[in-house]
Amino acid sequence: MIAHLNVYETVSPNEVKVWFKAAPISKFPKNGGACIKYKDKQIAVFNFTREGSWYACQNLCPHKMEMVLSRGMIGEEHMEPKVACPLHKNTFSLKTGENLNGSLDAIATYPVKTENGFVYVGFSE
Amino acid sequence: MKTIIVVGNGMVGYKFCEKIADRIKGKGFKVLVFGEEPRAAYDRVHLSAFFGNRDAKALEMAPMEWYAQNGIELIINERVTDIHKTKKTITTANDKEFAYDYLVLATGSAPFVPPIKGVEKKGVFVYRTIEDLEAMLDYAEEIKQRKPNGKAAVLGGGLLGLEAGKAVMDMGLEPHVVEFAPKLMPRQLDARSSNVLQLTLESMGISIHTGKATNSILGNGAITGMDFGEDDTLEVDMLVISAGIRPRDELAKTCNLELGIRGGIVVNDKMQTSDPYIYAIGEVALYNQMIYGLVAPGYEMAEVAVNQILRASDVVMKQEIDMSTKLKLIGVDVASFGIPYMPADKGLSIIYENKTKGIYKRINVSHDGKTLLGGIMVGDAEDYSILHQMYLNNMPLPDNAEELIVGSRGEGGSAFGSAMDLPDTAVICSCEAVTKGAVCKSVLEDGLESVKDVAKATKATTGCGGCKPMVTDLIKESLKTLGKTVKERICEHFNYSRQELYDLIKLKGITDYDHLLDEVGNGNGCEVCKPAVASIFASLYNETANRQESIQDSNDRFLANIQRNGTYSVVPRVAGGEITPKQLMAIGRIAQKYDLYTKITGGQRIDMFGAQLHELPLIWEELIKEGFETGQAYGKSLRTVKSCVGSTWCRYGMDESVSFAIEIENRYKGIRSPHKFKGGVSGCIRECAEARGKDFGFIAVEGGWNVYVGGNGGANPKHALLLAEKVDKETAIKYVDRFIMFYIKTAQPLQRTAPWLEKLEGGITYLQNVVINDSLGIVKELDDAMQALVDSYVCEWKEAVETPEIRERYTHFVNSDDTDNTIEFVALRDQKMPKEWV
Repeated sequence: MIAHLNVYETVSPNEVKVWFKAAPISKFPKNGGACIKYKDKQIAVFNFTREGSWYACQNLCPHKMEMVLSRGMIGEEHMEPKVACPLHKNTFSLKTGENLNGSLDAIATYPVKTENGFVYVGFSE
Repeated sequence: MKTIIVVGNGMVGYKFCEKIADRIKGKGFKVLVFGEEPRAAYDRVHLSAFFGNRDAKALEMAPMEWYAQNGIELIINERVTDIHKTKKTITTANDKEFAYDYLVLATGSAPFVPPIKGVEKKGVFVYRTIEDLEAMLDYAEEIKQRKPNGKAAVLGGGLLGLEAGKAVMDMGLEPHVVEFAPKLMPRQLDARSSNVLQLTLESMGISIHTGKATNSILGNGAITGMDFGEDDTLEVDMLVISAGIRPRDELAKTCNLELGIRGGIVVNDKMQTSDPYIYAIGEVALYNQMIYGLVAPGYEMAEVAVNQILRASDVVMKQEIDMSTKLKLIGVDVASFGIPYMPADKGLSIIYENKTKGIYKRINVSHDGKTLLGGIMVGDAEDYSILHQMYLNNMPLPDNAEELIVGSRGEGGSAFGSAMDLPDTAVICSCEAVTKGAVCKSVLEDGLESVKDVAKATKATTGCGGCKPMVTDLIKESLKTLGKTVKERICEHFNYSRQELYDLIKLKGITDYDHLLDEVGNGNGCEVCKPAVASIFASLYNETANRQESIQDSNDRFLANIQRNGTYSVVPRVAGGEITPKQLMAIGRIAQKYDLYTKITGGQRIDMFGAQLHELPLIWEELIKEGFETGQAYGKSLRTVKSCVGSTWCRYGMDESVSFAIEIENRYKGIRSPHKFKGGVSGCIRECAEARGKDFGFIAVEGGWNVYVGGNGGANPKHALLLAEKVDKETAIKYVDRFIMFYIKTAQPLQRTAPWLEKLEGGITYLQNVVINDSLGIVKELDDAMQALVDSYVCEWKEAVETPEIRERYTHFVNSDDTDNTIEFVALRDQKMPKEWV
């Protein structure tokens, strides 16, 4: 099955219709990411343990259309949380989805919340 | 259109052309230059280099084409004979007449030949032009044909005379230097320093005869000796006269320009002669009743004349001209600056003399001990530039002024501070009048990084070259200030270089990345500092990539190489490239079972491609059962040690390269480093293992192993350099152990050994000193660190497979057992490959 970019669209917190209960917090590496499946979508979820914050984005890197972003290293650049693609180290903001070191298409981002030891990702459908 | 005629194409005449060329473009000036020699201006200061290579081209100030390209007409081999200052014309030896608006006399000087009886004899030369040198060389050849032990004397023990002494020595003649004064270099040196210099030169085989007045030159037609009177003679076959210079002022006499009593054309501080349209510069000009026989004041005069002619009338010659010099005379440093010596009522001296080492240093200090008045250095003039600058800039002396010449006795550091302490206006290169500010600006603002580039941009070091050490220092220090903020800092989260971070982690015993960020960093880290720190943890504690997996580089995190479609490749270690048929079959079976594409790698092992994340632990479980270990093909760590088949099978082999390769690969396996590193072992100099293309390599030779370090293939191929020759295996390993640990400790992130070694100050010699001679006293520390790494090796894949929490990471989704259904393969020559990227 071919991965399609147009499946992924940013969902802002006020657009959330479904809070999908993805997995227990313990399944996500500290200060790292993991991939969850929601319907046909692959979503990368990142656990910024140091800050106590969570981010989610499409797992698909828009550069070469590979499902790899969840395996990328996370970090920050001038306070902006980001992920670096493991294939070519393209970096994307996890707040805006913007490509920080080039002019690739922005990635879609999704709201994340944790409740009772579980991680929830927000979708509009 | 105005015409400027320059008479004389020596160093100063050329400098005038160079300085004016850029400033007259399109301004309606024509420059016409006459040179009487058969070639364009050349570097007379380094004339003795001609003996080494006989390459006149190499001495050229600029090639002939340069003049034409810059709109300057150069007429060589043509002597100017008359000036008609009322008509404003000159005539040449060929009776051609040329009109000028401005005339610049840069006719220089001629060697002074004292009126000694017999100087006209064959075999007597002067030392000034390339033609003089060629004639000397030919004559020396003749002497050598005639007799085995020919002798040559130089008359004059000044700067040039000693240079000439070296020149005749290089010609294979026994050298003698004859000086009228009681000491060598009477203008620059005091009696004691002259004595030290004399001892050093004599130990090199140059005979020195001071206090000798030559009465006559002996011989019938050709020279056979010199007569000093009172039955004192010296037998010689050749004589080079270097007894000072006389300004070439004969042209001035043709038009009644004002001359000095002992010659030289009188000029004012605008370099104007007594005729306002005629200028004189260089050794022909008499300024403040002095002739300046050095290149730097000549260049300054050229600058003044250019400005005056172009109506920048405020540029005039300084009243006091600095006559400081530093040079290497026959390999001996000799320098003098300011007032080299003086009576005690003018100042006090601090003198250091060490005849066992041929060193003499003297500085002259004002009575209040606050100002440096001048000094002399023989044998060691390393600190000349900085002392000279202290003198020129009137910088305050330290409390213990003696430390300036004997070195600081307190803890570390020199008494001078750094070259960076000089004011920006300090003239670093006096030949080209380049300031410290200009040198630093070329680095700080224009982004230059090498002495070569800075020399090209600023012209610093291109004259006598004496300022090179200081320019080098300034460049280095300026780069450092840049590097502190731009280069050496790992990233925004750590304000340290990798080496500093390495030391900090070791010192504080920090083992967790988070802890390190809290202690010495800022923020939350990034993809640059995380793997760099992970590598340091690995180097210090041999921690595998499994414990702090989220700070590992992409490949290390899953202990495999991510490939184009997000699948991974698997490479077990095959030490030295030696593998049994049984192991080959095991790899074949496993690869077939998981449908992996297989290929032999450049490092003599087998790569299996196309494994999905969840398959990795399964594949490794089977490989480990078959006795394989991780090959760490994913790590910035030891990759492989390539070997040829060696003396066990090869009929040329000198030693067992395979056994050695296996031993060394097993020794270094698992060691992480700033970048990947590879080794090679060849059993003979045919070098089939390409060991010199590796970070470290051993080549068997008669009597042991040659050890090479710092090579690589890749984008910038580099041959490794010889670290040690013909050493036994244990010694070879020891040296490479230390080399690797030293590299690990000091390299920058992702810097391979070749660029590291290139940047290492002092290069391979320095490295040899560190790892062989223990110049830093760290050999034991390096040895212990390496042994600790070797002793604590574990196969990180075995650890991963056997630890359930680690194994759990190998799933594509954390909320589903599904695999990634976007991965697609297509067929390729009976195997498979990822579907092309769109």
